[in-house]
Amino acid sequence: MTLLQTKNLSAFYGDFQALFEIDVTVNEGETVAVIGANGAGKTTLLRSVAGALPVARESVLFDGQPIGDKSAHDNVLLGIAMVPEGRRLFPSLSVEENLLLGGHSKRAGTWNLKRVYDLFPRLYDLRHMPAPTLSGGQQQMVAIGRGLMSNPRLLLCDELSLGLAPVVIRDIYVSLAAITAERTAVVLVEPDINRALDASSRFYCLLEGRLALSEPSKGFDRAAITAAYFGL
Amino acid sequence: MDSGRVERATKTSRIAAITAVPFVAFLASLPWWGDSGEMRLIAEMAYYLALAQLWNLLAGYAGLVSVGQQAYVGLGGYALFYLTGVLNLNVYPAFVLAGVFAGLISIPVSFAVFRLRGAYFAVGTWVVSEVFALTASLITVMGAGAGTSLTPAILRQISPDRSLRETIIYFGSLASSVLVCTVVYLLLRSRHGLALTAIRDSEPASASLGVNTFRTKLLIYVATAACTGLIGGLIFLQKLRISPEAGFSVNDWTVVVIFMVVIGGIGTIEGPFVGLIIYFVLREFLADYGTIYLILMGAIAIGVMLLAPAGIWGFILQRYGLQLFPIQRRLVLDLGSTISPNSTPRV
Amino acid sequence: MEWLNVLIQGSLLGGIYALFAIGLSLSFGIMRLVNIAHGDLIILSAYVALVVTQQTGLDPISSLIIVVPVMFGFGYAVQRGLLNFTLTGGLLPPLLVTFGISIIIQNGLLQVFGAYTRRLQEGSIETASLQLPGGISIGVYPLLVFVVALVGVASLQLLFYRTGLGRAFRAVSDDADTAELMGIDNRKLYAVAFGIAMIFTAIAGVLFAIRTIFDPASGPIRLILAFEAVIIGGLGNIWGTLLGGVLLGVAQSIGAAFSPTWQILAGHLAFLIVLIVRPSGLFPRTRD
Repeated sequence: MTLLQTKNLSAFYGDFQALFEIDVTVNEGETVAVIGANGAGKTTLLRSVAGALPVARESVLFDGQPIGDKSAHDNVLLGIAMVPEGRRLFPSLSVEENLLLGGHSKRAGTWNLKRVYDLFPRLYDLRHMPAPTLSGGQQQMVAIGRGLMSNPRLLLCDELSLGLAPVVIRDIYVSLAAITAERTAVVLVEPDINRALDASSRFYCLLEGRLALSEPSKGFDRAAITAAYFGL
Repeated sequence: MDSGRVERATKTSRIAAITAVPFVAFLASLPWWGDSGEMRLIAEMAYYLALAQLWNLLAGYAGLVSVGQQAYVGLGGYALFYLTGVLNLNVYPAFVLAGVFAGLISIPVSFAVFRLRGAYFAVGTWVVSEVFALTASLITVMGAGAGTSLTPAILRQISPDRSLRETIIYFGSLASSVLVCTVVYLLLRSRHGLALTAIRDSEPASASLGVNTFRTKLLIYVATAACTGLIGGLIFLQKLRISPEAGFSVNDWTVVVIFMVVIGGIGTIEGPFVGLIIYFVLREFLADYGTIYLILMGAIAIGVMLLAPAGIWGFILQRYGLQLFPIQRRLVLDLGSTISPNSTPRV
Repeated sequence: MEWLNVLIQGSLLGGIYALFAIGLSLSFGIMRLVNIAHGDLIILSAYVALVVTQQTGLDPISSLIIVVPVMFGFGYAVQRGLLNFTLTGGLLPPLLVTFGISIIIQNGLLQVFGAYTRRLQEGSIETASLQLPGGISIGVYPLLVFVVALVGVASLQLLFYRTGLGRAFRAVSDDADTAELMGIDNRKLYAVAFGIAMIFTAIAGVLFAIRTIFDPASGPIRLILAFEAVIIGGLGNIWGTLLGGVLLGVAQSIGAAFSPTWQILAGHLAFLIVLIVRPSGLFPRTRD
């Protein structure tokens, strides 16, 4: 079942074109990775899907419905949630308040405060602490939990491993498996190619705003990826 | 490759330059065929134009959106009245000193208000003006709250003959307006003007390129204050009377000026001209309906800000590239093509 | 004892200044909007109350039942229909649009009501006083106003820290883009925020107009007083705004001991001193 589909998606920041006619598909319950060098357009792709960047109406379809011109907050109601690059927790809010904020849209589903604490037990002890006092890994857990609180059908994760130690990254990805077990589709932007391919069933490689590769993740030739990644 | 040269003038600007001289000459001839009322009106337009160009320089180019320039109008006026009335100085040097006085006062003021940014700077400058107004109302030698008048003796220093006096004051208003416009134009054409435009576009970027942003802004602030003080002296010389409320009136000296610049086109020299005409047309035609013309100007200003933030002239500039006061440089290549920057003033 | 009296009167005076300032503080804290029309909206509320009291025979304080919802609705509409469009254009659009609104309100009121000074009549409470030990007497009305300010600040604090709406306000104030990503409709939220600011503005307008004469041009000085209270107390801190109001009131009270002109001047000077010494106020909280 196709959940998300982009058709000839082009995105602009003012006069600058960041994406050139991208075609991407995500099926229900699937985990898809998006890889590429810095500036390739990965975050732009996520923001276009989320609604943070306005694009042509028909260029993004969710459940078959065009959503390209919908705003981000409307898309949350449809079931699209974002875990932004750099976490972007709200500094004035505590851990629990950040999580509750994620549930602002009151979308029905299986995720709630208790289940998020079950997934990330450490957060329960820290729940009244101001968000900025947490370590990078803990903040990432809060950011993921915050995204889950809106009971999304599609979770967009932008660079989960940014600035985190490997052992922490490993724990984050273990929790990701628990999320995808719930049939939540995930789009994963991940600079670490090995992690990206391990966690996903398919991947897309972007190069300077264009799609360079679109393949299944398992057993794909790394040399070909390197070539596509750097445009060799 | 030496196949290019830098040009500034455009076809329209050359036309404008040629027509400007006879136009000013035409205005200068008014005393011979016009009456007192007409001279007063043109003089009023002249000094509002000067105030508008000065505010535009401050806000549109230096990015210092002040809602407190009326402070210097009042300071200039009070200084003139004090120097002539209390210190018995001749009116001509008193004028110049009034401007100098306003400029000097602006220096300590800048220490306070430069600590604020954006809208806070705006309201802060307003508070400073209120402080001056209140202080003026405490000075008994200047009539305290009721204000004071110019004595006939002072007026006779300009000329004992009333008609000649009116003509001299009229020329003075025209001349200062032309002077202010010329100085502003030349300043913006110079490298200081380039620095200002850079600061306006991005202060951190221009600072990193070596532009001394603080000193440039301070310079503009003080220069504008001094010129505003001079104009203030001129205004109250014609009004014959000054009081704290009139001298430091935000409605008379700031609201109208801001509307003129914003509607006409902030960040362009042509803009204040456009705004000036619109204001006076509205005022003259709607004078019978009370202050409706002000409500209308407020609504137009809101509309302009939302729909065409660059103002009427800014819109014309963007659409047609017309410039009457060309500031920007264009590279003209021998290939016959021109490369010019996008001439949109961004505020 | 004389100085204690000055201190007490000044503090109570701070109550009305705090009420003036809360609306301004809210719209800045949540939307980074400095509303030049703020003072005129206070005066507009007073005129609305005037009309309501004249038409219904209600006393001014009771008229708040009508004035508050009216001003809330007006604020919601203005933010939603006008001010929301100015928030992304940089510094000038919000400044100049609210400036334009200010001029329109002032001149509109002038056209409709004329330049006569007005006052709202509440009755004997205006002059009633309490006797404190030490021979100090305080007016019941200023005390009432101060208590209202206190309750207002406390309820805002509750709203911000104990409710979902308050949480959303704080989130949007921190990071408006991410708040949208979390499902918050910023445009609606800003409109509600401005509406709440108008509730306080309405209360301030009515309470102020009972004790002080006003006319269409009375707006700008109220903006300045509100602004001074917010800056002295520190941006983004609601209790700070209350404290700022009190400090402003005390400064003015000291000035008033010399002459009426010195009252306002002393307030301005206190503000300028705080500005030079601690530009972000005494207890700032907002990142800018």
